[in-house]
Amino acid sequence: MTKVIKGKAFVLGDNIDTDQIIPAKYLAYNPSDATERKFFGMYAMDGVPAGQSGLPFGDVRFVRPNEFKSDFSIVIGGKNFGCGSSREHAPLAIAEAGASCVVAEFYARIFFRNSVNGGYVVPFETGERLVELIKTGDELEIDVGKGEMKNVTQGGRVHKLKPLGDVAPIIDAGGVFEYAKESGMMAR
Amino acid sequence: MPGMTITEKILAKHAKRDSVVPGENIWVDVDVLMTHDVCGPGTIGIFHKEFGRNAKVWDRNKVVIIPDHYIFTADEKCHRNIQILRDFVKEQDLPFYYDPEFVSMNPGKPNPYLDPTKTKYKGVCHKALPEEGHIRPGEIMLGTDSHTCTAGAFGMFATGVGNSDAAFTLGTGKTWLKVPPTMKFTFHGQIPPYLTAKDLILAVIGDISVSGATYKSMYFAGEGIGSLTLEDRMTLTNMAIEAGGKNGVCDVDEKTLNYVRARSRIKTWEVYTDDKNAAYDYEGDYDLSIMEPMVAKPHSPDNKDTAHNVRDVKLDQAYIGSCTGGKITDMIMAANILKGQQVKIPTYVVPGSTEVHADMKRFNLRGVLKGPNEKSVEDILSDAGCSMGASGCSACLGGPADTFGRLNRSEVCISTTNRNFPGRMGSMSAAVFLASPLTVAASALTGHITDPREFITSPIETGMAGVK
Ligand code: SF4
Repeated sequence: MTKVIKGKAFVLGDNIDTDQIIPAKYLAYNPSDATERKFFGMYAMDGVPAGQSGLPFGDVRFVRPNEFKSDFSIVIGGKNFGCGSSREHAPLAIAEAGASCVVAEFYARIFFRNSVNGGYVVPFETGERLVELIKTGDELEIDVGKGEMKNVTQGGRVHKLKPLGDVAPIIDAGGVFEYAKESGMMAR
Repeated sequence: MPGMTITEKILAKHAKRDSVVPGENIWVDVDVLMTHDVCGPGTIGIFHKEFGRNAKVWDRNKVVIIPDHYIFTADEKCHRNIQILRDFVKEQDLPFYYDPEFVSMNPGKPNPYLDPTKTKYKGVCHKALPEEGHIRPGEIMLGTDSHTCTAGAFGMFATGVGNSDAAFTLGTGKTWLKVPPTMKFTFHGQIPPYLTAKDLILAVIGDISVSGATYKSMYFAGEGIGSLTLEDRMTLTNMAIEAGGKNGVCDVDEKTLNYVRARSRIKTWEVYTDDKNAAYDYEGDYDLSIMEPMVAKPHSPDNKDTAHNVRDVKLDQAYIGSCTGGKITDMIMAANILKGQQVKIPTYVVPGSTEVHADMKRFNLRGVLKGPNEKSVEDILSDAGCSMGASGCSACLGGPADTFGRLNRSEVCISTTNRNFPGRMGSMSAAVFLASPLTVAASALTGHITDPREFITSPIETGMAGVK
């Protein structure tokens, strides 16, 4: 995992479910096909109601129409981020759009697990509610070692991140397969 | 040391340990791995990439593949995805695959099966799994679908996972799990005729919120659960995920054992119970005699209210289907309300499985085999003006634009399904109320949300339906 993550914030609210992250109608694309996989980037966050997309402004698209990559690389969420279905397409879509991490108050279990196991995005948790403190477009800097996130746009205001805990070795390895290979559970 | 819960005992056994405590990370052996047409292709892709193009699954008798999500659509990618499943089944020589043989790579919408007893296709995986004998008490099942937790109604540990997890298990037979703490929900009294398990679970989710059980096990206990049909218990455990639960579980009783004895492909299993001194993270008590028919208002399953309080809400559509509310007992409950009357709004009926569909044709209103001059459950529903669809997930998750029953405009719908997040059943501007099959049927008759107590005069018998 990179030790410092820098990028623009994209802010969402509470209970962002997997149908908002990647609506069911796009699930016919096969993520194992390199060409089709890119479309998950194009449609990432396509199901978020317009008014709640890119807070506090609203009506900000995560990915511009007909593009594959987002201008935002750090997604900020509230409570229960990624609830709903078990579709791994959700963290995959966020990663495919070019974001490298999500910072939320807490996650729905399967989303968290998929993010870690597939090595898509790093799911950071904060004790603090950030949704009203950070604005979409703010420049952020995450220092993974220190467990801190600095808001460069807002005069360097610092937010604490919770330690990744038990899953850190899997995240460091880049997913459950790499982890299993490193630890000898699976042949290389 | 505190005692253990059912979930803890199952996990300990599969980790080859005497005991486990909540919060521990353990590696367990998996008994059943299920995937479907939406997550199967991705899972298979990862399996091939990580274990090699010629790798074999860890145990071909433990893999179950049930296409159910995007079946009756002209979308070519959906047809292609089913072909990916077929190729994998052939390559791995998998015995448990339920093919929609009427889906081909030809352009256009496939014609559904004509006779539900004459197709290999099953419909919604969570309904098909117990029907086809893949569910047993005391085992561990992973499925690439969040409602895999449904099987907890049979005293099993079952939970939803993503493609990477599933691919890992396909290759190794193992997975890592964090042992969840258990929340206990005790239901006192007997289920009254105007309530179903759907009302119970909507009340619970409304009380603890859509994240109230995150990372936790939900244990449904008490004589009230014993009074539910096995199918209704499946409605409870099915929606554990809507509270964020890792799994949902019920005690095993004679109803469970009758079903499993008749169906299971393997004739041994283990029945676990909570120790008297088991530790719970939360305990909630519910008195069935004072509970009311419930709804979840848009756009969240925890946005609870009583059906009575929202009786002024005008509806454009009603939907009866899915793994939550498309079982044969759900259909019988709806039919008892709709019999001899006409729906006022378009009402879509989608059987959860082809077996449910077949049962709708052979059972009467009381859940027994119909006589030659008697109407079937299906006859009653179509006579009442319902549109009948083929078994599958259908509009429960919106799906491609040509999906049966999909909400394509800013409509208001009442549905027996499990999720009402924005856009879940199709259009982002549609509003969905979740309710029991009784409430949905009563509302279909009036065109506005209706408390089913206005229509129910005596208990509804479901007879032999869904019993064995
Ligand atoms: S019926 Fe609905 S909830 Fe059930 S498996 Fe299908 S899409 Fe998921």
